[in-house]
Amino acid sequence: MQNQFLSEKRKGYEVLMKALMLLSVGLTAGLVLFLLVYVLMKGIPNITWELLSTKPSYLTEKIGILPDILNTVYIVLAALLIVLPLGVGAAIYLTEYASNRKVVSIIEYAAETLSGIPSIIYGLVGMLLFSNSMGTCLLAGALTLVIMNLPTIMRTTQESLKTVPQSYREGAFGLGAGKWRVVRTVVLPGCVDGVITGAILSVGRILGESAALLFTAGFAHTVLTFPLGMKSPGATLTVALYFYAKEQGEFGVAFAIAAILMVLTVLINFAAALVQRYFAKRRSL
Amino acid sequence: MKKQEYHPFEDNAGEFQDKLFETRIEAVNLAYKKAPKSEWAKYAERMIHIIFLLLGLITVGCVLLITVYLVISGIPAIREIGPVDFLFGREWASTAAEPRYGILPFILTSIYGTAGAIVIGVPVGFMTAVYLSKLASPKVKSVMQSAVSLLAGIPSVVYGLVGMLVLVPGIRKVFNVPDGASLLAAIIVLAIMILPSIIKMSVTALDAVPKEYEDASLALGATPIETYFKVSVPAAKSGIAAAVVLGVGRAIGEAMAVMMVAGNVPNMPDSLFQSVRFLTTAVSSEMAYSSGLQQQALFSIALVLFLFIMLINAMLNFFLKQEKE
Amino acid sequence: MSNIITVKDMCLWYGDHKALNNVNIDIPEKSITAFIGPSGCGKSTFLKTLNRMNDLIPGVKITGDIRYEAKDIFGRDVDVNNLRKEIGMVFQKPNPFPMSIYDNVAYGPRTHGITNKVQLDEIVEQALRDAAIWDEVKDRLKKNALGMSGGQQQRLCIARALAVQPKILLMDEPTSALDPISTSRIEELVMELKEKYTIVIVTHNMQQAVRVSDYTAFFLLGELVEFGKTDDIFSQPKDKRTEDYITGRFG
Repeated sequence: MQNQFLSEKRKGYEVLMKALMLLSVGLTAGLVLFLLVYVLMKGIPNITWELLSTKPSYLTEKIGILPDILNTVYIVLAALLIVLPLGVGAAIYLTEYASNRKVVSIIEYAAETLSGIPSIIYGLVGMLLFSNSMGTCLLAGALTLVIMNLPTIMRTTQESLKTVPQSYREGAFGLGAGKWRVVRTVVLPGCVDGVITGAILSVGRILGESAALLFTAGFAHTVLTFPLGMKSPGATLTVALYFYAKEQGEFGVAFAIAAILMVLTVLINFAAALVQRYFAKRRSL
Repeated sequence: MKKQEYHPFEDNAGEFQDKLFETRIEAVNLAYKKAPKSEWAKYAERMIHIIFLLLGLITVGCVLLITVYLVISGIPAIREIGPVDFLFGREWASTAAEPRYGILPFILTSIYGTAGAIVIGVPVGFMTAVYLSKLASPKVKSVMQSAVSLLAGIPSVVYGLVGMLVLVPGIRKVFNVPDGASLLAAIIVLAIMILPSIIKMSVTALDAVPKEYEDASLALGATPIETYFKVSVPAAKSGIAAAVVLGVGRAIGEAMAVMMVAGNVPNMPDSLFQSVRFLTTAVSSEMAYSSGLQQQALFSIALVLFLFIMLINAMLNFFLKQEKE
Repeated sequence: MSNIITVKDMCLWYGDHKALNNVNIDIPEKSITAFIGPSGCGKSTFLKTLNRMNDLIPGVKITGDIRYEAKDIFGRDVDVNNLRKEIGMVFQKPNPFPMSIYDNVAYGPRTHGITNKVQLDEIVEQALRDAAIWDEVKDRLKKNALGMSGGQQQRLCIARALAVQPKILLMDEPTSALDPISTSRIEELVMELKEKYTIVIVTHNMQQAVRVSDYTAFFLLGELVEFGKTDDIFSQPKDKRTEDYITGRFG
């Protein structure tokens, strides 16, 4: 054993560092485990079919989260529908069209800045930009989320665009294809994985978002339809959780929603990992 | 099996093919001539280029829009209240008969809260990162990385909820204070929330340290643990610094979780057990019912928060650039 | 025999670095011209200038006069996509697209507006036959091209280039990534193709230049040192540097 040759001081350092590391890892792992188990244990007993399938009624004093579920789905759909083309387009511009290094670095800096801005500021600006003109509504919330998620979609798409071999582009240009044809037929099919990964990450982020939605999409709990309902205010699951926990003290419902969100988070992380693994395997073929 | 559609001619000897070749070339060239000409294609190509340019500039537009909106709506109240009274006023009483708009309590709370979260979160995150990057078996590493991703994905309201029901009563009991909703509760929640950013980014930086550095140190007789902390960590210091700055940004920008555990009273953060209000929660707690100067003052708070964030972004960029080199 | 490409006083810069200096060359029609020289001598760069593939690299500046069929290839009225249709290219590493064999070959024709299925089928078959790969792939045209061997992939790329009816085929070290058997098949193919096409081939392999080419150009440090009939270049080089290179004194 080499430890025999170590001085007391070095041995102490070794033991101390090892202990600190194990402690930290244990703490992190314990935290995740605790949060998962605690939220699920508190939440799952409160999840009933009635809760999931009704809207809150002041007459019967019962709470249902159907509107919140629907609102969440609508906002996710609407935000993705808008942000995907924008983000993918921006990424294509950066990797395929832009020839000026300066323009590229300005755009990339802007994207980094966007991803660093906290959601409460997005909420405020979304309120000024969208809600003040179209009223507090799901659409205003979705548009705010579009700006928030733009950098995510851009980054994942850009990363996968970079993995499309340059030789594909050369081959297509060498046959006399124009830029757009090269992008459409050779480059775009190669970045599907980035787009899907970005979409999954965005769904996760939208599901968890609350501060940006408070003042843009509002608190209402009425059942709406898609897409006309986008013009009405509505709470998503997270906003409803906040509302029930902080304003009404309905912790049972809050935990039920928290458990649902937790399960969805696990599923989304799983899906993202799965997609990445699938495409990595396909690429290595 | 022969696919008829690809066999317009019988598989014959080369002679026949050669004779056919000339006539075929003519036919194909004719087809190329008949094919739609590219005059409009050039035009379309230019249009598409412009469309993509506009898409690319959206992010820049958004940043400008956000900045301009915040500045325009944030400046009036600061002007009316006076920058010194606003930034360094120790009292916030927006709904009083004689309203006072001093945001020093919020600024200090945000700074203390973030610093506290860093003090707790960084050591834990850093040690975890070193372990995962250097010591953990691949299996442990991958399981822990998914766990960390999960931690990152948990919505902030869920942190807030658990904080409200576990942490706040816990603090009340352990420290025997009247209300557990306090700066300390916020610090603990924030420390947990910034863990994933710190761990992920530090692991990436540590993973990127060339193996040769470590081998050289090991060959000189250093133990693996000494090597990791005295060679690998210094080599990855820019990346780890960036991770800390990222954590600062996350902590200072968090609103909902803090709103649920910090008690939300605009006190000066004199003690850890004080019920306090952050810059973020100052904006969100009054926005719903505010108007006039009060609302404008909220925009001004957002502007101050935004300036903090821009500063942190610049620092983050600085460290990231350093790491690349 | 007439010259299909004429180049006069052509220089090329990458930013501030002058990569090609005063190149003058006339490339005869329906023949094989080989560019030889040590790596980094500019032969590939020069090749890629002929169908303006260098346009894709930022910071490249070109001066001088390059004419294809007597027309300035950098002229205002020249459509670069049409130029590349006339002057096709085969790359160093086989680069089939990640699509079916059929779609790979049909890519060019479709790009240039041919949509008629019957015509496409015919063009694809002819191109594959010309590239001497038809018999190997005719039963799996719908299979992904990436499943083929390297040599097959390169011949597919040749077929893909031929499918747009180019007049000239530029080949950038087309066999450097291939095994000897695939290499000799491609060499045979190149020699057959010169009946119908003008071929310019860059090679680092002098035996290959001797075996396949009619004319040889020797590049060194961005300059065209000597150009002439292959037999002459290799038997009685006029320039001392050419002689040093072909006798293996450097490179």
